[in-house]
Amino acid sequence: MDTIFRPYQRSDAERSDRSAGDRLRHRQKVRESIRENIADIIAEESIIGKSKDRVIKVPLRGIKEYRFVYGENEAGVGQGNGNSQPGQVVGQAQREGQKGNEDRAGDRPGQDYYETDVTLEELIDIMFEDLELPDMERKALRQIAAPRLSKRKGYRSVGIRVRLDKRRTVRAKLRRELASRRQRNEPVENERFPFHDDDLIYRHVVAEEKRESNAVVICIMDTSGSMDTMKKYLARSFFFLLYQFIATKYRNVEIVFIAHHTEAAEVNEEEFFHKGESGGTFISAGYTKALEIIQERYHPSLWNIYSFHCSDGDNFESDNPAALRAAKELADVSNLFGYGEIKPLGSRYYESSMLNIFRRLEADNFQTILIERKEDIWPSFKALLAKDRGKEAATA
Amino acid sequence: MATWELKDLESWDARIREKVREFGLDCYPQEFEVCDHLQMLGYMAYSGMPSHYPHWSYGKAYEKLKTLYDYGVSGLPYEMVINSNPALAYLMRDNSLALQLLTVAHVYGHNDFFKNNFTFRRTRAEYTISTFKAHADRVRTYVEDPSIGIGKVESILDAAHALSLQCRRNLAIKKLDLEADRERLLDAARPREDPFYALHRRREYQDPDLKKIPTSPEEDLLLFIRDYNPFLAEWEKDLLTIVHEQVQYFIPQIETKIMNEGWASYWHREILNSLELPQELHLEFLVRHNQVVRPLEGGLNPYHLGLKIWEDIRRRYDDPSPEDAREFHRSKGEGTKQLFEVRAADRDASFLRRFLTEELMREMDLFQYRAKGNDLVVSEVSDQEGWTKIKETLIKNVGMGGVPVIKIEDSGYGDNRELYLKHDHDGRDLHLEYAERTLAYLYRLWGREVAVETVIGGKRMLLAFNDRGMSTKSLKS
Repeated sequence: MDTIFRPYQRSDAERSDRSAGDRLRHRQKVRESIRENIADIIAEESIIGKSKDRVIKVPLRGIKEYRFVYGENEAGVGQGNGNSQPGQVVGQAQREGQKGNEDRAGDRPGQDYYETDVTLEELIDIMFEDLELPDMERKALRQIAAPRLSKRKGYRSVGIRVRLDKRRTVRAKLRRELASRRQRNEPVENERFPFHDDDLIYRHVVAEEKRESNAVVICIMDTSGSMDTMKKYLARSFFFLLYQFIATKYRNVEIVFIAHHTEAAEVNEEEFFHKGESGGTFISAGYTKALEIIQERYHPSLWNIYSFHCSDGDNFESDNPAALRAAKELADVSNLFGYGEIKPLGSRYYESSMLNIFRRLEADNFQTILIERKEDIWPSFKALLAKDRGKEAATA
Repeated sequence: MATWELKDLESWDARIREKVREFGLDCYPQEFEVCDHLQMLGYMAYSGMPSHYPHWSYGKAYEKLKTLYDYGVSGLPYEMVINSNPALAYLMRDNSLALQLLTVAHVYGHNDFFKNNFTFRRTRAEYTISTFKAHADRVRTYVEDPSIGIGKVESILDAAHALSLQCRRNLAIKKLDLEADRERLLDAARPREDPFYALHRRREYQDPDLKKIPTSPEEDLLLFIRDYNPFLAEWEKDLLTIVHEQVQYFIPQIETKIMNEGWASYWHREILNSLELPQELHLEFLVRHNQVVRPLEGGLNPYHLGLKIWEDIRRRYDDPSPEDAREFHRSKGEGTKQLFEVRAADRDASFLRRFLTEELMREMDLFQYRAKGNDLVVSEVSDQEGWTKIKETLIKNVGMGGVPVIKIEDSGYGDNRELYLKHDHDGRDLHLEYAERTLAYLYRLWGREVAVETVIGGKRMLLAFNDRGMSTKSLKS
């Protein structure tokens, strides 16, 4: 019996990343699993309104390794600190799957973990991968061409008088003067030496097309008394998705929150989602406010405008014609205008739905959706974007 | 950085081996390989095997280990040793000398255990590494075969992994083949010779059902499917065989975790204490040793539990109490002899049953817990009434006891080639979500409806799985 010691081989260590292939397969499976469960993940409250590099725990159903295991009525044995008493709480039951008995875990192939960490950004990537919008299409959406004439590009000897570069012109003249005097061996005198046409130097300006990469998401929400927390939560999820999606496509994205009841006001995010108002609803007020803001700050020729309105559809009858008119105007200036009616199951009153009213609105970038449960959010969102895509296809 | 060189290790190893011989440990030849922490993570993910077939679950294991390690949740094991002849162990390059010595001595303890414990007798240590290599090569061939590919191979491996632990636990009991089992049934059905035949009524002869397959309940699920599903391709059958064979290799280790770790810890301490280490090394060794074998409050550290019991055996046999001496005719100083006997002849379940005493349980303050709402609540403590229950629970849960016993009863159920299985219910219910998913895998491999009979919440239930998913139905009890 002679023991062998094999020394550390750096070269071995460097080329023996043996698990690389299996890790890759595993990552693929994780992504697949996330994609399959995306609707559930979106519907989880925890990801709404979080910063981009925030890490989210995503439950993974697809890649657990299942076996026959014992369920919850299995008892376990542990070691105490010397005075354990019956009835003492020693831990938290793991509702998901097996008992957490770490000590046995090592030798058991059955052990498992149920969550993986992804950053919000990664998640959004996967989400929009799911929408199957090819990159090209996304790019097409991005650009509104705005010609701008101010770009300088070099110098020319011809041009219009306003672009005359005086400094360079004088320099050119001085150069010519010195050269000519030296040649004729003349001393420098106070003799006048006039400008010549050849001295004149003009700035050259080219017309440049600027690709606009600005977008504004206008979130309009009904904050009347009938919008309760649940409805606001659904609306919030939807706005979140819209904002994140727009943010992947444009470099500069701004967001405007407009809360309205019978009057409309621009508010900040906190107020938008949390402040409740009371009273009735004039939807037209919200749209008019949006149009105002667009007029002031977000001219349609420079900004891609995405407007979305969430309401429970409980509008004053008398306001409907005005609302329809304003909606039409808003649809005209927006890239995409959506109306989401939020009616949690059981709170549905058909007599006051704006869906019927808006059916009369003829604009191919307008879309209405109905959200009843949080599970509806993802499919509705996809439907909304399909409309956006449709528009692209038409103009392309 | 490491403060030792290979030649230091070699000279210390020579002294350690001297002690190993002196103490009477009987080892396979040993090989050590020095590796870095990434290689170690790699070996851990693949159960220490230098070569192993690919499957995404090992990538998952690696990622998990690496995450835990990177965030400092868990360190790396000091040692990793595989049961092969020669035994192969890995030493981490960055560990200190004291830790390396502890590891080397610990590894010899495992090595002795692998070679001598009865559960390992069937693992064929000489062929371990080459068998795993051959398996890996075969699986890779299938993956690379254009008519098969990674997708199909994974589909079979996923299902096979799910069922791999549903196999016979005691490999020392010989498995009869079909013919022999039919013989046995006929034999069992034959009336016994009755010395009082004049007094007794003649017993009625009942034909045993020889047509039924399996003739007696079958626990090796993968092998049964391989042999009796006629629609499996050769490569599919081969994959089932591979997965089955690999699990057979790991079962002894699962079955002897507490004994094995306790044994190695016991001997690394004996060996290092006898080496007369320089004080500095010795102090560090003591610190490390205590980290390894310290009790884990709320849980159960197999190193701690195992070491405690081995120490207790030695103490009780070296210096038996007057009652023991009288009752079992024990003489003094038989501790070491007893240790070696137990190391050869027991597995965790029998080890605990025979040697975990009431006093020891009380000293360690073992308790039993159950889920109550969202909490785990202590239900028994090691007092006069509780200790036997706790011991029973512990024995039930060690080794393969954590895997439900599910046997195939009939493969022609409903005259429709349906597979009928029965769960040997021992008070612990199956986890239903897991059962459903696992049945889906079983269905994938068998290709016809599968059903398992079990008890849920005190009621007999049949969980059936076919192309419409799982259905449950109560059975008359």
